[in-house]
Amino acid sequence: MAKSFVQEFTKGLWTEIPPFRLVLGLCPTLALTKSLENGVGMGVAFTFVLILSNILISMLRNVIPKQVRLSCYIIVIATFVTIVELLMQAYAFPLYQKLGIFIPLIVVNCIVLGRAEAFAAKNGVIPSIADALGMGIGYTLALGTLAAFREIFGAGTLTFPFINYSIHNVLGSSYKPFTFLVEAPGAFVCLGLMLCVMNMLGKK
Amino acid sequence: MGDYFLLAISCIFVNNILLAQYLGNCPFLGVSKKMETATGMATAVIFVLVLAGAITWALSHYILKPFDLEYLQTLSFILVIASLVSFVELFLKKSIPALYSGLGIFLPLITTNCAVMGVCLINIKEEYNFLETLVSSFTYPAGFGLALVLYAGLRERILLARVPKPLQDTAIGLVGAGMMSLAFMAFKGMA
Repeated sequence: MAKSFVQEFTKGLWTEIPPFRLVLGLCPTLALTKSLENGVGMGVAFTFVLILSNILISMLRNVIPKQVRLSCYIIVIATFVTIVELLMQAYAFPLYQKLGIFIPLIVVNCIVLGRAEAFAAKNGVIPSIADALGMGIGYTLALGTLAAFREIFGAGTLTFPFINYSIHNVLGSSYKPFTFLVEAPGAFVCLGLMLCVMNMLGKK
Repeated sequence: MGDYFLLAISCIFVNNILLAQYLGNCPFLGVSKKMETATGMATAVIFVLVLAGAITWALSHYILKPFDLEYLQTLSFILVIASLVSFVELFLKKSIPALYSGLGIFLPLITTNCAVMGVCLINIKEEYNFLETLVSSFTYPAGFGLALVLYAGLRERILLARVPKPLQDTAIGLVGAGMMSLAFMAFKGMA
C-alpha cells in the first residue's frame, strides 16, 4: 500500500503500460494512429481527462455510495470530456476535426473507467495523480510510437503535433510508401506485432 | 426504398463498424473466444442500439437543438445509454427471463461498448432523418454481429494451431482481425 509517488508513476510507463500490458482502450489506438499528430493529440486529451477524473473521484471516494458508483464515475468522466471538447474547439480546432467522434468517445474508453474503479476509488489524491500521470504518459507514448511507425513506413511522412511542422520523404524520395499500414488492416496487424514485441521484451 | 437499402449495405459491409471504423474493439477481442458468447453479445448490442439510436436522435432533435444545448451531447447521450441499459436489464429480468438468461451478463458491458455511443454520435453527425437513424442503428450492430461471429469461428481454429509464445492470445487475435479487415476492404469498391 505504501508505494511511493515515483513507483505509482513509473508503473504506467512500463510494467502496466496501456494499451500493451492492459489490453484496454483499443479503439482510439487503432483509429488514431495513422499519423503522429493524431496519436499524440489523442494521448494528450486522454491524459487530461484521466488526471482530472482521477483527482475528483479520489476526493469523492468516501461520499459516493457503493451501489451507484459506476454511474457517478461516468458522469464525472463525461463532464471532463465535455470540457476537453469545448477547449479543443476553441484552441485546437483542426486537431478537433481530425479526431472527430473519438473525443466524445473518451467517455467510454475502458482505461479511464478502469483506473477510476481500480485505483482512484481506493487511494488518496496524491497517489491517484501519480497513477493518472503515469498511465496518461504511457498511453501517449504508446500511441506515439505506433503512430510514428505507421506514418513513416505507411505514408513516408512525419507530422509533428502542435507545431504545424512535417517532414516529407523521411526515408528518401525513392521510398515507395507501404500503404497497407495506414489502412484499417494495417492498424490491427501493427498493434498485434507490437504486443508480440512487448511480450518478447518481458516485464522488467 | 433504394436509398435505405444502400445505407443498410454500406453500414453492414462497406463501413463495417468493427473492421473499418474501429469501434467496439474491446468486446470484439474480449468475447470472441467462444461462439456462444459472441452470438450473445451480438444480439444484446443489436437490441440496445436500436433503442438507444431512436432515443438519442429524439433527444438531440427535440431537446438539445431547440434549446441550444448541443454542448451537453456527450453527457446526455452517455446518461441515456447507461440508464437504458439498466432499464432493459430490469425489464428483461421481470418479463422475458429466457432472453435475460441469454443476454444477462453482456448487458452491463454494453454501457462501455464504444460502438453503441459511436453509432449514436454518427447518426447525429451524418444528419440522418429518423428512418435513416433506425436503419443505421439496426444495420451497424448487425455488421458488428456478423464480424464478431465470423471472427469467433476464426479464433476457435487458431486455438488448435501452434502459435509462437510471444504471439499467443491477444497478439495473434489482432493479426487475425487484420486479415479479416483486409477481406472486408474488398467491399470498399461497392459504394
